Amino acid sequence: MEYNDHPVRPYVLTSGRAHPSRNTIRPETLLVVDPDAPPPVTPTRQQRALLEMCGGMLSLAEAAAYLRLPVSLVVVIASDLVDTGHLQIRSAPRHSPPSTELLEKVLDGLRKL
Amino acid sequence: MASANSDQRQYLPATVAQSVKILVVGAFGVGKTTLIGSVSEIAPLRTEETMTSASVGVDSLAGLDEKATTTVAMDFGRITVSPEVVLYLFGTPGQRRFWDLWEGLAEGAVGALVLVDTRRVEDSFEVFDQLETRTGMPFAVALNDFPGAPNYSTDQLREALDLLPDTPIIHCDARNKESSAQALISLVEHALHYPAKALT
Repeated sequence: MEYNDHPVRPYVLTSGRAHPSRNTIRPETLLVVDPDAPPPVTPTRQQRALLEMCGGMLSLAEAAAYLRLPVSLVVVIASDLVDTGHLQIRSAPRHSPPSTELLEKVLDGLRKL
Repeated sequence: MASANSDQRQYLPATVAQSVKILVVGAFGVGKTTLIGSVSEIAPLRTEETMTSASVGVDSLAGLDEKATTTVAMDFGRITVSPEVVLYLFGTPGQRRFWDLWEGLAEGAVGALVLVDTRRVEDSFEVFDQLETRTGMPFAVALNDFPGAPNYSTDQLREALDLLPDTPIIHCDARNKESSAQALISLVEHALHYPAKALT
């Protein structure tokens, strides 16, 4: 619960943006750094930490848990970095239930456990 | 049940291009994190959100400090089910305030596995109510068999919980990998035949 003691409120860390420009990032959204993008010129501490975390592919929820930050805050940081091209979304956002084909893949994988 | 948030990050293989999620829902202490941990390929992780008393709604207590905050935790795990697909299991208490807080958590989910402690069936009523009225997602019921739990038949429980005839009810030992996997399989099989699929 480290972030509870953080002296700075989340809306300060996110420059006042409560609603991310991308409304497509969910806890299970897969993120990875774009290896071809030059690093941001003046990254915030949180941006740098998230970019370092996403050197390989992770879900947003995993990145938030490892960084010990609330998912809601990391969504805002991540969406900015996606907008500037530093971070890539590797999983298509899903607004409807998974397709039959995808469910079959999940089923096959669970049966092999 | 300590969650390992010390940085032991395990990156996904670069071939993974799709993520899906199942919600593991149930009252406090019913075994959600135990079930997730028994099947997850990573030690269960925890993430927390704070909410102010203003968003607690019906649970707010008169006389409580206006700035009081509540912490709501979510434990989760992951299974790479194929070279291209990763499945996330999010453990959620499932009461109304939780769905308010984690906006978008239900969206696009395979469905929910509802863990029920048969010694405290009444704890689940709000969870079922929220699942049906708010998310409309398919769900299956897993009875976590605690020692000394009353041995109700599934018919008795179906009636007590007011479940539809086709909602799967399975017995489950959340500590056991095979048993937990079987409960998840029952849910996904149910989701494959869920009426809403006909509309998509």
